[in-house]
Amino acid sequence: MSAATPVPAPGAEPQIHLRPGPGPCDGDERIARLIRRQGRQGDGLIEVLHQVQEIHGYLPKPALLQVARALRLPLSRVYGVASFYHLFRLQAPATHRCAVCLGTACFVRGGGRLAAGLQRRLGLALNQTRDDGTWALEQLSCIGACGQAPVLVLDGVLFSAPLLDQPKALDCWLTSLGLPAGVETR
Amino acid sequence: MVALPPCERPRLRCCAASGCRSAGARPLLAALRAAAAAGGTAPDGIAAGDQAADDISAGASAAPEPLEVRSVGCLRLCGEGPLVAWDGPEGTRLFGGLAPAAAAALVDQVRGLASLPLAADPALVSHQLDLEQPFFRLQRPLVLEGCGIVDPERIEAALAHGSYAQLRRVLHELSPEAVREQVRRSGLRGRGGGGYPTGLKWDTVALQPPGRRYVVCNADEGDPGAFMDRSVLEGDPHRLLEGMAIAAYAVGADHGYLYVRAEYPLAIERLRLALQQARQQGLLGPSIAGTAFALELEVRVGAGAYVCGEETALLHSIQGQRGIPRTRPPYPAQAGLWGAPTLINNVETFAAVPVILRQGGDWYAAIGSEGSRGTKVFSLSGAIRHTGLVEVPMGISLRTVVETMGGGDPDGGAVKAVQTGGPSGGCIPADLLDTPVDFESLLSLGSMMGSGGMVVIGQGTAMPEVARHFMAFSVNESCGKCVPCRAGTVQLLALLDRFVEQRATAADLEALEALCAMVKATSLCGLGQAAPNPVLSTLRHFRQEYTAALGPGS
Ligand SMILES: Cc1cc2nc3c(=O)[nH]c(=O)nc-3n(C[C@H](O)[C@H](O)[C@H](O)COP(=O)(O)O)c2cc1C
Ligand code: SF4
Ligand code: FES
Ligand code: FES
Repeated sequence: MSAATPVPAPGAEPQIHLRPGPGPCDGDERIARLIRRQGRQGDGLIEVLHQVQEIHGYLPKPALLQVARALRLPLSRVYGVASFYHLFRLQAPATHRCAVCLGTACFVRGGGRLAAGLQRRLGLALNQTRDDGTWALEQLSCIGACGQAPVLVLDGVLFSAPLLDQPKALDCWLTSLGLPAGVETR
Repeated sequence: MVALPPCERPRLRCCAASGCRSAGARPLLAALRAAAAAGGTAPDGIAAGDQAADDISAGASAAPEPLEVRSVGCLRLCGEGPLVAWDGPEGTRLFGGLAPAAAAALVDQVRGLASLPLAADPALVSHQLDLEQPFFRLQRPLVLEGCGIVDPERIEAALAHGSYAQLRRVLHELSPEAVREQVRRSGLRGRGGGGYPTGLKWDTVALQPPGRRYVVCNADEGDPGAFMDRSVLEGDPHRLLEGMAIAAYAVGADHGYLYVRAEYPLAIERLRLALQQARQQGLLGPSIAGTAFALELEVRVGAGAYVCGEETALLHSIQGQRGIPRTRPPYPAQAGLWGAPTLINNVETFAAVPVILRQGGDWYAAIGSEGSRGTKVFSLSGAIRHTGLVEVPMGISLRTVVETMGGGDPDGGAVKAVQTGGPSGGCIPADLLDTPVDFESLLSLGSMMGSGGMVVIGQGTAMPEVARHFMAFSVNESCGKCVPCRAGTVQLLALLDRFVEQRATAADLEALEALCAMVKATSLCGLGQAAPNPVLSTLRHFRQEYTAALGPGS
């Protein structure tokens, strides 16, 4: 968003920038610092990727390149790990995220119907993001709130879904949560 | 334990574990603390907070006795959360589903300032839960001894409750071999799903040629519907650390890892805090409890891959690699982390160790049944009245757990089946509910104990759909290393689609069975080998639902 060049903290060591100027990579120094703190150990790769994702919200390509160099690992190894694990995102996340639990307890209590309702409403398949990046529909398998099943997580807030057997009421409830409606369905 | 013996000074225990947090425990805890600090009836919503606390410490004559509001781990009946226990001279009372607005009313009751008796207090009466009901009465807390009692963020609380006493005693009085002897005698078997005898595994690691060894705690708890390990991590992390340290001593390890799934942020936070506190107290680090024994433990966070619960995949992940299983042997006990002998056990397995050493292996072995000693923690969920956590002696019947303790179907209907063992397990039909819960009995029915998730299935759910649900999970989580699992599960899923959509043929049924057998026999790791189990067990016990799904003309 901001076009300002990052200002190094007073007293910070000079940093070598992979790519000067702002961009998805202006977390450079933070990444370099966290890798130094971690001791440049290749076996800490997953920890490092978690922290990079915390900074950027996902794992941008330049950041992966920087991690590979700093940890002295082939980029293929870094990319291989980043793409293997479900929680690592290689694309910028959508503005709003709706995640529906399809763990067994939620499934048994009608999670499938809830998921179907959400798919219809958002016009998205599970684990799909709208082209304009506004909404993503994701699937979870058990977040340990089985007692409140079926549950969905909307932008980080957990909700227990009522009234599954009344499509109209369910729709009203989803409207009250602020989910966009009115996607044409065949 | 939830109900405590009567105590002179009243106290509130509020569950602040994940289950209750998702039901609003945090604002409730804050409101209870504010009301307790405010002394009397607090004006709704306004926390007098620090100022009131100052008044009390200044000894203002009108101020009542300070009231302890303790944050604790899971109080078991998670489905009624957030839960609050009130301990006092009359014993313990339990409340569920209180809103923050009811906090002042509860504090007034505790202090005897309420104008109405509890039984007539409209803010509370409908929220009181019966502690005499079988759900609580039939529990036998050993692993969960401290969960719900101690404040998991204060090591002082854990120490006062006896944590680390066995570690100290073992280091000063017992040889590693003597520790292993007790574990062998206890008959403890791994709680992570495999059920491998724990003492035997410890011996294997200890008896490898001299050199470095590691201990690893598997806290990846990935089975959907399972939250036992999370409750230990969130509710009593020091018990786990003590068990792990005793294990490290017994096998000669000086370094270890706790691999926790990233989906458990609160567990990770509390574990890291517990490690730090234990180090400060000299219970971890160099020279533990004044002896020559040293142990460093680190937390490693997963990244959302179910297969990383498999031990060889987990070890790869700890080393910063893709979580892909490898063939065994060599077993991790022989060659694990960086090629060194590595002891890997589940959270609950380690957490059972302190009580085994305190009471003796024989004492522990007297609980439970032949071949399945001790207690097991189960998480109950699905189509059941009481959702939550139970710890029971093994050998208890499924019916006792599901119907007597769990209260059966919430709408009064009949239970259809119980799913145990997660995606590797199976469904046990209602007419076999008298089966004892032990490793062998569940296996003989085509299911398995697994890690302890029990999901109750009601009459409204069709079994081919349950099978498809688990198959979709396995397709999603297959690491792709070997073909039978990677491609076989996809084909199984497509076949199951046909049954769910009522367009299957007799040939599909044959293909389904043949493919299940093939995937089971030829997959490399437990994920693929067990992926057909939900299909096979539902085919065995609910075959009519598959044949009824055959389309016309077949
Ligand atoms: C696909 C798969 C997933 C597993 N997930 C877990 C898990 O989440 N937690 C666990 O303790 N063990 C899990 N296991 C079992 C471990 O491989 C291993 O047997 C266990 O951690 C050993 O500890 P124990 O002997 O104390 O049970 C899993 C196994 C497989 C094949
Ligand atoms: S059985 Fe499945 S999960 Fe296991 S190694 Fe093969 S592909 Fe991976
Ligand atoms: S299955 Fe949905 S929260 Fe556990
Ligand atoms: S999480 Fe609060 S009672 Fe289980």
